[in-house]
Amino acid sequence: MSTAAAAAGAPPLFRYLLRLGDLSLVLGQRLSEWVGHAPALEEDLGLANTALDLIGQARLLLTYAGEIEGRGRGEDEIAFLREQGEYLNPVLAEQPNGDFGQTMVRQVLIDAFQLELYERLTNSADERLAAIASKTVKETRYHLRYSGGWLVRLGDGTQESRTRVQSALERLWPYTVELFAEDDLDRAMADSGVAPRLSDVQAAWARRIEELLGEATLERPQDRPHAWFGKRGEHSEHLGYILAEMQHLQRAYPGARW
Amino acid sequence: MGENRDWPLYEVFVRARGGLDHKHVGSLHAADARMAIDHARDLYTRRQEGVSIWVVRSTDITASDPGEAESLFEPARDKIYRHPTFYDIPDEVKTL
Repeated sequence: MSTAAAAAGAPPLFRYLLRLGDLSLVLGQRLSEWVGHAPALEEDLGLANTALDLIGQARLLLTYAGEIEGRGRGEDEIAFLREQGEYLNPVLAEQPNGDFGQTMVRQVLIDAFQLELYERLTNSADERLAAIASKTVKETRYHLRYSGGWLVRLGDGTQESRTRVQSALERLWPYTVELFAEDDLDRAMADSGVAPRLSDVQAAWARRIEELLGEATLERPQDRPHAWFGKRGEHSEHLGYILAEMQHLQRAYPGARW
Repeated sequence: MGENRDWPLYEVFVRARGGLDHKHVGSLHAADARMAIDHARDLYTRRQEGVSIWVVRSTDITASDPGEAESLFEPARDKIYRHPTFYDIPDEVKTL
């Protein structure tokens, strides 16, 4: 069976949990690339803390996904032994770190999305997901405090820092469209009370982002049509490189444990 | 890692539990007070060491001069009567 067909035949909740879990997993992996390279020791630890929070969220979500799937796959098998087309994170999460400002822009856009999403998921009809959301929302609130603080500091900073974050914003903004592009799976999850309407999340996200951009004296870019749909497994060229590094150990030493 | 030449030093105080004092735990560099709180949270409370953080610019702390230690602290040395050790404690008092 092809991987795409397997994903399509899987339970809707399984695929939805992959969307949530893969967003945290891929972003956490990306952020961890900063470890040892951040502009200051204090930032190094801050970024690593956030990366670990995200990977912790991914563990909870992917473990639950494995149980829903019912084929005996655990968190490690799901995290490390899928093919690229089976990862359902939005492509924004896999975009390169760029400079520190670009990393913070990506982080703000996703932190605000996760915050609005998980605040609503605490009321999910699925009790397990609601419990995971209650834990996640506290971490995410801090993530946004951290990244939002940097966005304002850099945007309302020097000419150099402002130019850099504005250009990162222009570059990453088109990828945000996918976060709110509702498809059949999103509708099914909302109809059954598992997930909120993405249009509600989008409205709240936009308010939050516009407020932050105002404080940071940055301009909101125009929405543009997008050609990617990571939520369906159609990824940018960047994910393959992330997976090659992330999966290397499990593929070289199958079943290796910490 | 940069030298943080432009970032001032902050002293960090953490309250371990409600009811206890804030204790000095160390220092860090940050561009502003808000960033100092964030950094303190990430550096000094990641293993549940605290429930409250204070930060203060190191330059805002006025310290006693080590050269004046003699005049400031030595006069207390021979005044042992300032310690409450000259009382007979009644047996009924348990928690002194």
